[in-house]
Parts: sequence; C-alpha cells; structure tokens
Amino acid sequence: MSKISPDGFSRRDFVVAMAAAGGGLLIGCRVDGRRRIPGTTQAAAADSAAFAPNAWVRVGTDGRVTVVVSQVEMGQGVYTSMPMLVAEELDVGLDQVQAAHAPPDDKLYANPLIGFQVTGASSSVRALYQPLRKAGATARAMLIAAAAQRWNVDPASCKAENGTVTHAGKKLSYGELADAAAKLPVPTEVKLKDPKDFILIGTPAKRLDTPEKVNGTAKYSIDVRLPGLKIATLAASPVVGGKVVSVDDSKAKAIPGVRQIVKLDDLVAVVGDHMWAAKQGLAALVIRWDDGPNGKVSTDDVVKGLDAASRKPGVVARKQTLPYGARATGARKIEAVYQAPFLAHATMEPVNCTVHVRKDGCEVWTRSQVLSRVQATAAKLTGLPPEKVVVHNHLLGGGFGRSLEVDYETKAIRIAKEVEGPVKVVYTREEDMQHDVYRPYYYDRFSAQVNASGKPVAWNHRIVGPSILARWAPPAFKDGIDGDAVDGAVQLVYDIPTMQIEYVRHEEPVLNVGFWRGVGVTHNNFVIESFMDELALAAKQDPVAYRLALLDKSPRAKAVLETAAKAAGWGEKLPAGQGRGVSLMYSGWDTYLAQVFDVEVPKSGDVRVRRVVSAVDCGTVVNPDTVKAQIESGLVYGISAALWGEITVKNGRVEQSSFPNYRVLRMNEMPEIQVHLVRSSEAPGGIGEPGTAGTAAALANAVFAATGKRIRRLPIGKALASS
Amino acid sequence: MELMINGEEHEVDVPSDMPLLWVLRDVIGLTGTKFGCGIAACGACTVHLEGQPIRSCITPASATAGKRITTIEAIGASAAGKKIQDAWLALDVPQCGYCQSGQVMSASALLAQNASPSDGDIDTAMAGNICRCGTYARIRAAIKQAAGAPAVAAKGA
Repeated sequence: MSKISPDGFSRRDFVVAMAAAGGGLLIGCRVDGRRRIPGTTQAAAADSAAFAPNAWVRVGTDGRVTVVVSQVEMGQGVYTSMPMLVAEELDVGLDQVQAAHAPPDDKLYANPLIGFQVTGASSSVRALYQPLRKAGATARAMLIAAAAQRWNVDPASCKAENGTVTHAGKKLSYGELADAAAKLPVPTEVKLKDPKDFILIGTPAKRLDTPEKVNGTAKYSIDVRLPGLKIATLAASPVVGGKVVSVDDSKAKAIPGVRQIVKLDDLVAVVGDHMWAAKQGLAALVIRWDDGPNGKVSTDDVVKGLDAASRKPGVVARKQTLPYGARATGARKIEAVYQAPFLAHATMEPVNCTVHVRKDGCEVWTRSQVLSRVQATAAKLTGLPPEKVVVHNHLLGGGFGRSLEVDYETKAIRIAKEVEGPVKVVYTREEDMQHDVYRPYYYDRFSAQVNASGKPVAWNHRIVGPSILARWAPPAFKDGIDGDAVDGAVQLVYDIPTMQIEYVRHEEPVLNVGFWRGVGVTHNNFVIESFMDELALAAKQDPVAYRLALLDKSPRAKAVLETAAKAAGWGEKLPAGQGRGVSLMYSGWDTYLAQVFDVEVPKSGDVRVRRVVSAVDCGTVVNPDTVKAQIESGLVYGISAALWGEITVKNGRVEQSSFPNYRVLRMNEMPEIQVHLVRSSEAPGGIGEPGTAGTAAALANAVFAATGKRIRRLPIGKALASS
Repeated sequence: MELMINGEEHEVDVPSDMPLLWVLRDVIGLTGTKFGCGIAACGACTVHLEGQPIRSCITPASATAGKRITTIEAIGASAAGKKIQDAWLALDVPQCGYCQSGQVMSASALLAQNASPSDGDIDTAMAGNICRCGTYARIRAAIKQAAGAPAVAAKGA
C-alpha cells in the first residue's frame, strides 16, 4: 500500500531491526526513505513533513513533531507513551508532539518481540523502549548537525532543548532546521540519554488522546462516514461450522431502507441505508441452518473432554529436581482440580469493519491489533495484490485481545464483495457476544507434597487446554508446548525443589478460541495462587507469610508482596462476612504484581469487592499515571470475569447475548483501589494485562477467607450459588 | 420529522420507530454518540432530551421531535458539561474512550441537577453506564472535582 511520492523526501536508507518470529534473531532491512506513510488523516498530514529520518519521526517546517505509532491505541495509552519515548530523546515537549496511526507494514513496523506488526502481549513499551528512543535521538542528532553546519561550529558545542538548537546565544527551532536536517546522512550510532537525565520518562504525563475522547470527536472505525456508504449487519451461523440451508427474505426486503440481502454459505447480511433498516431487516429474515457437527455440543461435553485429557501425562514444560528436595520426610500429598470457563471480550465498541471493494483495489477501515494481517486477508479474499489494499486503522473502542483476530474483517470483506460501493458491517451486541473468539476453557490438575513443617517440597501442575499459538503463530508452538498456555506457570517464583509443569493440548472445536486480556497467565495465576492458599491452609500458616518464606530467591517478588501486604494492613481482624485474600503474579511480561482483595459476602452470595491494594514492579516506568490506570483497568476487567464471567454452550450455541446475561462491573460495584509502584531501574515490563491476571486468585482467596468456601471453578458467583 | 439537535433544526425523513441513536449517527452524522448494546443496558448512547439523560438506542426519534436534544458534540456549551469535560481532562479519565461520550452526558446531567452529588448520587446516576476499561474510580473523582469538592489525595505511592 506504499506509494512513491513524486515530491518525496530526500533519499535515505534506514535500518530497521526486526526480530524473526519467536524472537532472538535480529535482522536488518533497508527501507527507502522516500516511502510515504499513508493511512489515517493524521498520518497523511504528516506525510508532507520536511524531515522524516526514520519510520516513526516526522518534523514539519512549523516545528510540529508527529510520531507515527506502530502500536494501536485501545485505551492502554500507547499514543502517549510511545511519543514520550521519542520526545525524551528528541528534546521536545509533549505539547509539540502528536500521534498518528501507522499503516500496515511489517517491514517498518514489526513488533520486535513478536516479529510482525502486532499490538498485544503487553509488549509495546518492552518492545519499543529502545527503538523509539533511538529514533528520537537520531532525529535530534541530525537537527543539531544541521544547526552546527549553518553556524559552522562543532555539533558538540550545540545544545538541543525544547524543540530548538542553541549555541553561544544563537538559536534555531526544529522547524527552521527541518529542511536542512533532511539533507544530512542518517547516523547509525547515536548516544541515548542517561536515565538520570530523563525529563519525560518516569514522570506522569497527560494523555495526548484525552481531549478528543471527552468531546466526541475521537474517531473509531464504527464512526466511518463515506459518500454512498451503506450499513450492514449480519447473522452468522449460530454454531461454529454450521451452514445456511435456506433464507426467506420476503419480509426483510419490504422494510424501508433495506437495500440488499447478502447470502453466503455460513452467514446472511442485510444491507441498508442505516443500521436501523439493517437490524430490522435481519430480524425479519427467516433463516434455516444446518448446524453441522457441533450442533449437539454443550459445556458439559467440553468439560468431560478436558477431564479425560487431564488424566494423561502432558508434555513437560519445566522440570527440576534440586538436591535439597530429597530431605523431605513425612511428606503428605495435596491435590486439586481447577477450572476456568470460556469468556467473551465484550469490548464496548461492537466489532465492525468498513470495506470498499473495487475492481482495481480495496479499502478497509477497521479496528485491528494486527494491521498487516488485515491487509493480507483482504488481498487473499479479493485476489488483489497487497499493495492495492489500503487499510485505515482507528482508535479501538476496547481491544483486550479481541482484535488480534481478523474474523470480522474476513466476514466484512466477503460481504463487501457482493455490494456495490462501500459498506460498513456492524455487529449487533448479540452477534458480537455470540460470535467472539473466546478465552478457552482450561482445566488444571495439581498435586503437591508438603513436608512436616508444611513447606511444599514437590509441585506438579498439569495444564489442559487448546493451543491458541498453534493456530495464530504456528512457529511459536514448539515441541508440543504452547508458551502462552503455560505462561505464568513455568516461571513459578516459589523456591520448591521438585517441580514438574506439564501441558496437555486438547482442542474443543465447539467455539473459536483466542487471546483474552491476561492470556494464559490469567488462568494460570488463578489456579497457582489459589492452590498456594490451599497449601498454606493445610500448613496452618498465614498465606502471606507462607509465600514470603518461599521467595528468598526472588527479591522483586518478595518486595511487591511485602509492599501490598503492609499497605493493606494484612493480618487485621475483619468483621464477620468479610475476607481478605492475596495473590502474587509473575510471568513472561517480566512484571511483578501483588494484590490484596477485601470482599464482603452477604447472605445472598452476591460478592462485593470493597478494596484492592496493588503493588507493582514493572521495571522502568514511562508514564506512571498510565501504569496506575492500567492496573485499575486490568483488575476491573478481571473482577467482572472472576465474579460473573462465563460463556456457556448449549446445542452448539452460546447462551449469553448481552450485558444483562453477561454481567460486568458497574460504578455502584466499584471498589476502592490503591496502586503502589515499587520503583526499579530494571528493563520495562508489561502492564496492560497483569492487573487482570492477578485478580481471580486474590478475589477467590478473599471469598474463602470470608466464607470458608474454596472456589475451584470460576466464576465465583455461580460457584457460591451452587455450593 | 423535525429534530432540534444542539440548537439546530434538522428535517429528517426516517421511519417513525427508528431510534434516535441511528438518526444521529447514520443520518445526521453526529457520531460522538455511541452504539453499545441497543437495549439500554450500557449507556454508551446517552444524550439529553430537554436536559434529561436518555438512552437514544431505545428512544424513537419521533418521540423527540420538537424537543431539545443535546449530544456530546455540544455539551461543552452548558455550564455543567464544561465543568465535567474539564474535570475529565484534568484527571485523564478515558482509556479506550468509547463509553466516555455516554459517561460525560450522564455526569453532566447529574451535575446540572445536583451541584454536590454524594457517592450514592453518583452510583445512582452512573450505574447505567458501563466502562469495560474500568475508569469508574476516575469518573467518580472527576465528578467530585467538577462539583468543586476538595480534591481527595490519591492513595498509593
């Protein structure tokens, strides 16, 4: 989709470091600096910038700096944190910077940790902390060189500050230097700031995207307006693998504003002048489905399949036998089985995608965490070469992993192929909830041996579930192990001498499954930290003290646990009906999080979370305010899921349809939240997902403290009701 | 029918049962008002009708004809709306932002009717607006700030 601009930038080469899939191997590729950066309005506006030293930085002659952000903004604050990284090294204030959506381009914008253009896995700051700082520092060095050349002085005697270069009382703005800087060679080596000199990184910054999100001007893909645009909504087979047998559309066609009925083998869409016509038309259709092989499957069948799979040994993902384990005498065995249900994402913005298929090209307006996959998908479905597919990304009205899939773009493109002119395909809330790519159902089997003093000396954790990675990124599924399914389990921080973590891959094709905020860790942390509480109880020890005694080899984990426990007043006596629970989380995100939940469980069993105290060490922090916001956000998402979240299946059909039967936390149920940052200078860790991952166990442990009921199958509300 | 939206008259030719939400978004092009559920369960579509918050996804446009409709695009022109938006900016309330038009509209209506809402008042007025990013704590703090309540020091380091 790149175009060569006739009046483009002066030619320069830029080396982009990309990691191959799976990480580790660094390769370089040369990119022609003439490439224009098309895409959204903002990025297009930046196209004409005078100075574009690399994929991310644009400086106009007005001094305005645009950062083309390869990571998509779905609430996690990357349209602020990514520009902060550039601005820090470029020596400009954030008020001089704007963020722009990047177009799909794996060569320019691959996520260095994942290998292609992906926003996910809580990776943005981890992946781009160095590359974006380097991009800013490179631009700064060139602007300084341009000024030094103009004044005929040594660049080392010039100083960059607040968007200007100064030397002995002389001053030039970046805008005045942009044209000259563009003519200079791009340095390959630049010096990055010493962290002690940081002005922006580590200091709370205002989000750049707040103004537009407060006055209604923020543009999401659902807001796309185009000349001649039609609106469609759809009914896909209610059962995965089902097909359309027949459609009676006589009543639908009679509805004012309905223009077309699109019948495909597995879905029917109604195209109208507006969403109301499309919705009315859809409701008036009589569709007969052939449910296919999943038509009789229900949740109980899924559980039976997982249970049977859990009785066989799995592939060993981590094994250790340390000599001091042999000292265990008088050990006794403790066993438990844990279950975590299917979950929907329920983003506030129902998924949607606008597509215009023409003979000679295709344009897609969407909300995606995997832009280059959208482009490739559109090319494949239309038969057009990828460069004839233009993809416009937008702010996402919630991501949570939903938009790591291209299922809704795929359906929208298939529908658009049948429609003359542009068509916006909008899912109803019900269609969105019943055709999600769900968090898988997981089934875990534990056994541990504790010695006479109650310490665990052996730990066996068998994880049973599907492999998302085997489908989503096949090379990442290695040696029978799905690194996501075992994330947070194989990094167990507790010092237990004998340990075996196994993974049993078991697919249940009744629902499509994929990544959900907190991914494998959300499920693993729930089971591990609940089981740790069971062990502490069996040892008749305090849950915090029990954990601390096993953390001598992990000082950062110990520090967050101590911080959270102290701030929460751990050990205080609570009134009857209330309980306090704890969890500790560490995983591949390289972030340490401890959470203490206070709950109240009335006779009705409707659990109320009163307070959450979090302590987090996510290494170097870019925007502390965003870190706090992400913990708050993650745990609210986690509370909804832990208390009430469950997608169930009957006769192949998802039984939940909208917020009334897929309950989520509301204002009147919001707990007090404290977030304590345990500052460190370690490398940045991920922050978008830990809050969610660390929630279910602390909450379930608090419910146990309040009620004496151990929750081994989520959601908690249902477990209490049936106990 | 004739709709009076943000002080401007709009003549629209739409089915009488068509919800105001789709008239605003798909016919007139005021896309700041959001679709979330279509059954008044999430609050994303909140607008004001004669100053009262309503869920535009279940309100037939015909029922609003001739009445004063205010959307997110114009709420800043009201005293309460301006205060709410300023507080939202000051506390960086939004994350993904999708629900925030509805949140701002519900909060503006609350503040216009109740100059110093209590926590209970805020719960009642805001419980119908879902935020999946979980910005509720900041929404509560921002409403209090807009009401001129002394800022409560944030807990935590």
